[in-house]
This record gives sequence, C-alpha cells and structure tokens, in this order.
Amino acid sequence: MIALLGVLVTSGTHPTLPDVGVFAVSAAIVLAGAIGVVVARNPVHSALMLVMTLFGIAVLFVLQQASFLAAVQVIVYAGAIVVLFLFVIMFLGVDKEENVAAEPLRGQRPLAVALVALGTTGLLLLGQVSRWTTGQHSVAGSDTGAPNVNLIGKSLYTTYLFPFEATSALLIIAVVGAVVLARRPPAATSSQALEEADAALDAPGADAVATVPAGTATPGTVVEPSDDGTADAEVGA
Amino acid sequence: MSINPAWYLSLSVVLFAIGALGVLVRRNVLIMFMCVELMLNASNLALVTFARQLHDIGGQVLVFFVLVVAAAEVVVGLGIVVAIFRRRSSANADDLHLMKG
Repeated sequence: MIALLGVLVTSGTHPTLPDVGVFAVSAAIVLAGAIGVVVARNPVHSALMLVMTLFGIAVLFVLQQASFLAAVQVIVYAGAIVVLFLFVIMFLGVDKEENVAAEPLRGQRPLAVALVALGTTGLLLLGQVSRWTTGQHSVAGSDTGAPNVNLIGKSLYTTYLFPFEATSALLIIAVVGAVVLARRPPAATSSQALEEADAALDAPGADAVATVPAGTATPGTVVEPSDDGTADAEVGA
Repeated sequence: MSINPAWYLSLSVVLFAIGALGVLVRRNVLIMFMCVELMLNASNLALVTFARQLHDIGGQVLVFFVLVVAAAEVVVGLGIVVAIFRRRSSANADDLHLMKG
C-alpha cells in the first residue's frame, strides 16, 4: 500500500525548477525570520520577523497542496495571533531594547546551544537511517493531492467530530480565562486586609514593598525578614 | 511529487531547533512565547509533509487543531503576562521567582 512507503523515499519524477525555486526562497524566508525572532532585541521586531516566518510557512503549505491550511495560517496566525502579540507589547510598553549580551545564568547559553545542536543532529541523522511509519491504514480519508477543503471538512465532521466539538469548549474556556485574568481586582472586597494588600500591590513601586528594610515599613504592614534575607510584607489586621 | 519530503522535514527540524534555542536563551516572556509559536509551526510543517507523503488527510486535520489550540494558548498566555506585568512591572522571566523555595 501507499502508506507503507518510507517517508524519506522519493517516488517518481524529479522536482521541477519552479518548485525548487519557490521552496528555496520560502525556506530562506522562514529561516531568516526564525533567526530574527530569536536575535532581535526589540520585541516589536521579533513579532514582525514572526510574521515573515508565518508567511513563509504558508507558502510551503501552498506548495504541498494544503491551500485551506495556508489560508487559515495567514488569517489566524498573521492576522490574529501576531496582532495580539503586538497589542500586548505596545499595551505593556515593553518595546524597549533588551540587553541580549547579559547572561544571568553562567554557562547556560553554551549549554543550550550544545543541547539543541545535539538534538538537531540526532533528528536529522535519525531521518536518514530509519523509517518513521508504522504501516497503519488511514482512518481519516485519502489526501489525493488535489485541492482538499471538502476532504478536510468531511473528516472534521465525521471522524474527528468529538475533538472538533472539544475545541469549541476549549475556546470558550480560553475566552473566559483571558477575561478573568485581565480583569482588575475588584475595588471593594469583603475584607479590609485584602483591600490593603491590593493597594500595596497596585502601587507603582510594588516591587519596593518586598525590598524595604525592616523598620521603614508603612503603618499597617509588618515587615519580617525571612530565611533567605529578603523581607516579606505581611498585612497587619 | 515535486520536492523531496526530506527537505521539508529537515527545514522543520531546523525551525524547531531555532525555536527551542530561543526559548532557552531569551529572557523576555513575550519573545519566549513567539519562539513557542515557531516550534508549533515547525510541527505543523512536518504534519502537512507527512499528510502529503502518506496520502492521509488526518495530518492536515491535526494541523487545524494545532492552530486552534495555539490560538487559545496565546490568548491565555498573554493574559497571564498582562496580569503578571500589572503586579511586577517586568516582562523578564528572571524576575518571576515568587515561588522560589
């Protein structure tokens, strides 16, 4: 059967020149964008580089006859997710340059690079020497290589109906969760202590509360040094 | 059959590696999020490649689900980032050590 073919075995004709060109250009765009996301100092630049990568991936989807997914990729990722990223970056005002050279954990970067290089080499080698298919028959339907929106739709509403419905529940939960997370804490709480805690945390110098030395605390709070030397602010009744 | 699927899979592996490297190296929470998106896109590319190679539409359906879950994840994750930023005024992962023992 067709499904028994090894993944890395090419079947049939040589690639045509336009295909190779499109693949090479979009692969270069994808990789350049990905590297740009990682090395850009400004988060806004990272987000724009991410858009570049996502468009390159969409082109690769088109090249593999997955036109529906290419459209969804552009609409959902580039149209919604990246806009959300940019909105949050500018809403928080963190679009300032970050000192990338600073290395808080000594030796962590070389270790990370070494581990990722090892994993990448291992994966690429594994792809050369082994077959990654189990020979199971498809339960979802055959991808004929033609435009396949109807095939995806049929599969989505028959074979994958339950996961499809579950995603709707997931989206509702995500919306409710985002609203709850982004809501400001209510001004009037039942307990006086909670009010004071919120006021202390919402103050502009909220970080300073944890670092004031003992004895200079504001009235109403008792500052006790904890085990590791930092001061914990506890709310007095 | 046009391009050898091994090229797509190799590109997917490299893209995933860059994303993983970004998560490990960068300290800005938002950029770490974007690198997670890079890794999700690498897996999507691999899924579409396998779907075409094995003539199985299930791979493309799975990509659809990955897109939905990624959207939900970004919404909740950015909500958490906004909530943290309101308390701590920082988007640096190293500043988030409230639960440090």
